[in-house]
Amino acid sequence: MSDKPTKVYFYGTCLVDLFFPDAGMAGIQLLRQAGVEVVFPEGQTCCGQPAFNCGYWEEARDVARTQVALFPKDLPVILPSGSCAGMMKVHYPELFHGQPDEAQVRAFSARVYELTQFLVDVLDVKLKDLGEPVKVTWHSSCHAVRDLGLKGEPQALIGQLSNVELAPLSRTHECCGFGGTFSVRQPEISGVMSCDKAADAEATGASVLLSTDGGCLLNVNGTLEAKQSPLRVQHIAEFLWERTHAR
Amino acid sequence: MHAEKEILFRDSASKALLDPQLRANFRRAMDGLITKRRNQFPDPRDLQDLRDLSTAIRSRSLLSLPELLEQFEANCTKNGIQVHWAETCEQANELILGIMQAKGAKTLVKGKSMVSEEMHLNAFLESKGIEALESDLGEYIIQLDGETPSHIIMPAIHKNKDQIARQFSQKIKDAKYTEDVDELTAMARKVLREKFLHADAGLSGVNFAVAETGTLCLVENEGNGRMSTHVPPLHIAVMGLEKVVARLEDVAPLYAILTRSATGQAVSTYFNLISGPRGTDEKDGPREVHLVILDNGRSRMYADPQLRATLRCIRCGACMNHCPVYTRIGGHAYEAIYPGPIGKILTPQMEGVGVRHDLIHGSSLCGACSEVCPVEIPIPEILVRLRREATHEDVGSNVLGRGTGRTAAEDWAWRIWAGVLKRPALYRVASWFATRFGKALPAGAPLIKNWTRTRTKPVPARRSLSERMRAEGGSHD
Ligand code: SF4
Repeated sequence: MSDKPTKVYFYGTCLVDLFFPDAGMAGIQLLRQAGVEVVFPEGQTCCGQPAFNCGYWEEARDVARTQVALFPKDLPVILPSGSCAGMMKVHYPELFHGQPDEAQVRAFSARVYELTQFLVDVLDVKLKDLGEPVKVTWHSSCHAVRDLGLKGEPQALIGQLSNVELAPLSRTHECCGFGGTFSVRQPEISGVMSCDKAADAEATGASVLLSTDGGCLLNVNGTLEAKQSPLRVQHIAEFLWERTHAR
Repeated sequence: MHAEKEILFRDSASKALLDPQLRANFRRAMDGLITKRRNQFPDPRDLQDLRDLSTAIRSRSLLSLPELLEQFEANCTKNGIQVHWAETCEQANELILGIMQAKGAKTLVKGKSMVSEEMHLNAFLESKGIEALESDLGEYIIQLDGETPSHIIMPAIHKNKDQIARQFSQKIKDAKYTEDVDELTAMARKVLREKFLHADAGLSGVNFAVAETGTLCLVENEGNGRMSTHVPPLHIAVMGLEKVVARLEDVAPLYAILTRSATGQAVSTYFNLISGPRGTDEKDGPREVHLVILDNGRSRMYADPQLRATLRCIRCGACMNHCPVYTRIGGHAYEAIYPGPIGKILTPQMEGVGVRHDLIHGSSLCGACSEVCPVEIPIPEILVRLRREATHEDVGSNVLGRGTGRTAAEDWAWRIWAGVLKRPALYRVASWFATRFGKALPAGAPLIKNWTRTRTKPVPARRSLSERMRAEGGSHD
């Protein structure tokens, strides 16, 4: 189809940059595989969400401004993170309400997509599974679903993979306990939440827990490792890329 | 009531987490309520339609709150209900005491009322030599133990059957030990029946107040509300000033979504419409009806367009039933009258954001609360707003205690954070160090220490994504 974008910006996000660079690379490859040229501007740091959520809006704006400036052209901005995409798409307009650059920021926000959202809703990609049979489970991040409004796009992509069985968590919509600063401010409650999420994931019998959010992955992974569980976590981009390209 | 001392949510929450019985009680109860609610709303579109309608009704009512309250007062008066206004809980308590003393009333039976909890009415009346007895079964159970409600709909949900059986056998006169629920209920009923018949006054809350008719609506399941408001010669109702709606027809959708969201019931066993004292040709009902309307910070919330949404709340409790934090620690850990998500935004607005700074941070902002709230209160958004209020005096608002939750350490932390992240060159250096030496950071370092209580230390990748993309070259614009 001709109206599909052929060129996009990629925004790595700080957690992917530092902890899940493979997922970032995979996201870029998936877009390229779908025939899209990917621009990765230098100077990317963080969307500003931690400060925003803690009430430090001036600091959040300072950081957000430097990020918006990196994406001047009228191209879609793709993020391998539901939470950061939600911040940029939904909360930036609120953060910049009444600021001189509000209009510019709003225009930027309108171009923001989470990766799987873009792959399904805009590019309508068709994936071909090249992997061995495997059972996975899916953790939907609270921000991806409730802030950004993801509507099962990741599950739809997983569903396209013929050799992958998707086993649902018993409490799909329950928070894993990450919540950014929540995990260090309220470590006791957060710890219990993430232990419960890990146990829920283990009970599915899956060998991999997938998510589109680095924060959740870091959280659940740390918990699984601490209890020496054989279950591992993986970012969905990395999983999809591994399964769909010939090595 | 303005608390003097900072209350640390983290401490009480941690303590609650150590009680496995409590955690199991709540998990089971909340899972049950979640399922029951879900079964009431099989069609997501129907649910959304009803939420839209309910939200619109509550918003519309609040928009003309002052006018509606005036109209309501006028119609109540016309109906023979005597209306009193109280700005503070102290005033409300004194008003009730005055009403009772004028009638020489010494005993009071109470239907369930969260506003009376807000006022600490029972303790106040007792200090004045008046016996106030809770007649809702849950409230009765916790009153026997000198406790406060742990949930706004199910006040004794933190207790299991065995605990109640033990308690009844010790505290109710001539009671024998039994774990049979019917027998336990019968025991409480026997005590309460006596009291209903002989109490000088009855007190109730108000679920909806109808302006055009001057009617008080009361939702209940046990019939005790009806007994409290109907049998004694004097009925005193208390309500927060936000409860008013314009028309009788506004009540039906709100009622429908209230019972479904709260306990997963399509309707409650009783729905009382009270429109005044006993008429001359009527055989029963109270001779006098009084209504106390309480502010306690509500007009402050009303004055702020964003915080006003807090007042849409119809006290269904769905937000706490679905809250992953509440489910794990129960209501008492909040050390607040209203626990759970709604309590997290209500309490700081009533008591001040400074003393409640820690409570505002007791949320992962997961949004489960606003997702189920029948009147779509954006609780996470309001929480973030209150976090901002707690750390900044200059937001231009009238929130109590603004700026007093600020610490120099946090201020510095965010300044440094922004200092690095708004300078790509600095970030590049910092991330280079993080990827090379992140592994070497001790697990006991501040912040990391909290993380590693239950998790392994997160280790940065050997090369960041930016670094790899730089190495790849080509893809830049
Ligand atoms: S905030 Fe919403 S969900 Fe919570 S008690 Fe109020 S109406 Fe119910």
